[in-house]
Amino acid sequence: MEPITTHTGIGVPLKQGNVDTDQIIPAVYLKRVTKTGFDDALFASWRKKPEFILNQEPYRHGSVLVAGPDFGTGSSREHAVWALRDYGFKVVISSRFADIFYGNAAKNGVLAAKVAQPDVELIWKELEKEPGTEITVSLEDCTVRCGSVDTTFDIDNYTRWRLMEGLDDISLTLRHEDAITRFEETRPGFKPKTLPVKV
Amino acid sequence: MAEKPLTLAEKVWRDHVVVRGEDKDGQRSPDLIYIDLHMVHEVTSPQAFEGLRLAGRPLRRPDLTIATEDHNTPTLEIDKPIADPISRKQVDTLRANAEEFGVRIHSLGDENQGIVHVVGPQLGLTQPGMTIVCGDSHTSTHGAFGSLAMGIGTSEVEHVLATQTLPLKPFKTMAITVNGTLKPGVSSKDIILAVIAKIGTGGGQGYVLEYRGSAIEQLSMEARMTICNMSIEAGARAGMIAPDETTFEYVKGRPHAPTGEDWEAAVEYWRSLRTDEGAQFDAEVIIDADELEPFVTWGTNPGQGVSLNDVVPDPKNFHDPGERESAERALQYMDLEPGTAMKDIRVDTVFLGSCTNARLEDLRAAAEIIRGRQKDPDVRMIVVPGSHKVRLDAEAEGLDEIFKDFGAEWRFAGCSMCLGMNPDQLAEGERCASTSNRNFEGRQGKGGRTHLVSPVVAAATAVRGTLSAPSDVLQPVPA
Ligand code: SF4
Repeated sequence: MEPITTHTGIGVPLKQGNVDTDQIIPAVYLKRVTKTGFDDALFASWRKKPEFILNQEPYRHGSVLVAGPDFGTGSSREHAVWALRDYGFKVVISSRFADIFYGNAAKNGVLAAKVAQPDVELIWKELEKEPGTEITVSLEDCTVRCGSVDTTFDIDNYTRWRLMEGLDDISLTLRHEDAITRFEETRPGFKPKTLPVKV
Repeated sequence: MAEKPLTLAEKVWRDHVVVRGEDKDGQRSPDLIYIDLHMVHEVTSPQAFEGLRLAGRPLRRPDLTIATEDHNTPTLEIDKPIADPISRKQVDTLRANAEEFGVRIHSLGDENQGIVHVVGPQLGLTQPGMTIVCGDSHTSTHGAFGSLAMGIGTSEVEHVLATQTLPLKPFKTMAITVNGTLKPGVSSKDIILAVIAKIGTGGGQGYVLEYRGSAIEQLSMEARMTICNMSIEAGARAGMIAPDETTFEYVKGRPHAPTGEDWEAAVEYWRSLRTDEGAQFDAEVIIDADELEPFVTWGTNPGQGVSLNDVVPDPKNFHDPGERESAERALQYMDLEPGTAMKDIRVDTVFLGSCTNARLEDLRAAAEIIRGRQKDPDVRMIVVPGSHKVRLDAEAEGLDEIFKDFGAEWRFAGCSMCLGMNPDQLAEGERCASTSNRNFEGRQGKGGRTHLVSPVVAAATAVRGTLSAPSDVLQPVPA
C-alpha cells in the first residue's frame, strides 16, 4: 500500500447523495477471481450514459471524487474500494461515509475525507466554474484546498497514521512478527500439520 | 489467588493469544489470535492468494493450510471438465494457487475431496482445543470437537495466509443446555432447529454458543457436528461442545491424529477443556430433549420452523410486527396456506447432502428407513455424500445399493444442491425437503422452496411424497 501524505489531482464533482456500493460496482463484477483490474467496473451502469461526469473531459482523469452525503452505503463489498482505487481515485470527499466503506477504504489506501456539506458545495462550484481544477488534500494538517476554498477534513488518528505510513492490516500484524514466531515455538508438538500428506 | 473460572471457549481463546489487545479510551483493541488450521476452497480464496502475490508476501504456514474443491464442483461426470466457465475458472485458480504456494489440495476424484467441513474431521485434522478458520460460514461445524472454529471473509483469508493469525474482538458466551433423551426418530438436526426457532436467527449474535447437557453428551461426533454446523444460523460466531471420550475415540487412529506419547499429551490437554465449575456465561438457554419432535421449517429462514405434527402458522398470531411481516412474505414465497398440516405438504425433491448432514451416519440412518421400500414415484431423491471417502465407505457397506434400489440418485461428493452455485439446482417453484442448513429464498436455485429436515425425515418424506416422520413409514397408519 502506497503511503499518502499529500495528494493533488483533478477534482470530480459527483453531485449526488446516498451513492451505494451497488452503484459504485454492480454485482456482476463480483464473480471475478482477481483483486485488481476493476477500473472498468467503477460506476459501470452510470458510465453507459455519455453525460455521466466520468465520460467527460477533463473529469475522466480525476483522482479526487467529491460526492454528496452518505457515500458507500449498502452491501459490504470491498470491491467498491478496489474499483475506485483501480480507476485512479486516491481521495473521496463526502460529508458522511457508510461505516464499512470507510473501514474498507483505509484498508486499501484510499483516503475518505469527511468535509462539511457547505464546503463540499463550495468545492462543487469551483470544479464546475473551471473544469479540471485540482484539489490538494494534505494528511499532514488535514486540509483540503481547491481554488478559493480552503478548509479542513475530519479523520481519526489511527486511520490517518495508517494512511500516512501506508500500512495495510497485514503489515500492521507483521509488526508483531517476533511475537508470532515466539508463540509458534511454544505450540505443543501434538498439534496437527497438513504436510507432509499422510494418506 | 485462584484462577478465575473460565468457560470452554475462553480457555481455547486464552491458549491462542499472541498479543493482547490494549485498553484505550474505554475500548479494548482486538487480541491477535493464532490460527491452528486454515481450510481453503475455491470461492473465497482467489483474491486472497492474489493479494499475497501483489504484495510479494509468502504463505506463512503451508503446513497448517489445506484446500479442497466443493462449492462449484459437479456431482455427476466428474471426469469431464466443469461446464460453467466461472466455476471452472475458480477451481482452476485454486489448483494453480495451491501449486504456486505449496498448499496441499484434494481435487475432484481424490478420496479426500469433498465439503471442506467433512474433510477436516475425516482426516483427523480437526481436533479439540484448536482455532480453525475457513472462508465459509459453516466452519462452526468443527466446534463439535471443542475447537473454536469460525467463518471469515476474503480479506481475513489473506490475513491468515500471510500471518497465521487474526486480530479478533472477544466474544460473549451462551450456554445451550439440552437435558433428557431424544425419542426414536428425533435427531440432532431437530435439536438445532428447535434451538434456532427458540432464540431466533439473530439470537446468537456476538456469542460463542456452548452446547452441553445429558442429551448432547449422548450424541455421536457426527450428530454433534450437525448441531455446531448450524450455530451460524442462530447468528452466532461459533458453536462448541466440550470434548469427551466420544471425541477422543473419534479422533484416534485418523491419519493426522497424534500417536504414542503425543497422543497421551494431547488427551491430557483435551481433558482440561471443559467449562470450569462456577464459570459465568453471559446468557443461557435450556431445552428439554424429551419434549422434542421431528422438526421442519415452513418459512424462508432457519428460525421459521415447527414440529412436524404442527400446522403452518398464521402470521396474524405473531405479535412482533417485523416477524409477522416476514412470516407473510415467507408464506407467499413458499406458497403455503396458514393452518395446513405440515404432513400434508407434498414435495418434488428430497436432497440428502451438505456439510450439515452428509456424513456416513446420516446416510446410514436414511438408508435404514428406506430399506426394502419404494420411493414415491413423483419425488426425485438426490443423495450426495459429503466427501468422496464417505461415498466409498457407504459403498463398502452397500448403502449405495439401498438408495439405488429405492430409486434415488447416488452422486459424487460436493456442496451440490445446498446452494445454487453448481449444476444441482431446484427449478422455479419446485419444493424440496432438504437436509442442508439454509432455506433462504433462491438458496437451492432461483424460485426453489426449501424445507429443512433431518436425514430420517428426508427419507420418510421420499417414501410418502409428503413431509413425514420416520414413525409414519415404520408403523402402519391406524385404520
Ligand atoms: S454444503 Fe452448503 S453450507 Fe456447507 S460448505 Fe457447502 S455450500 Fe456451504
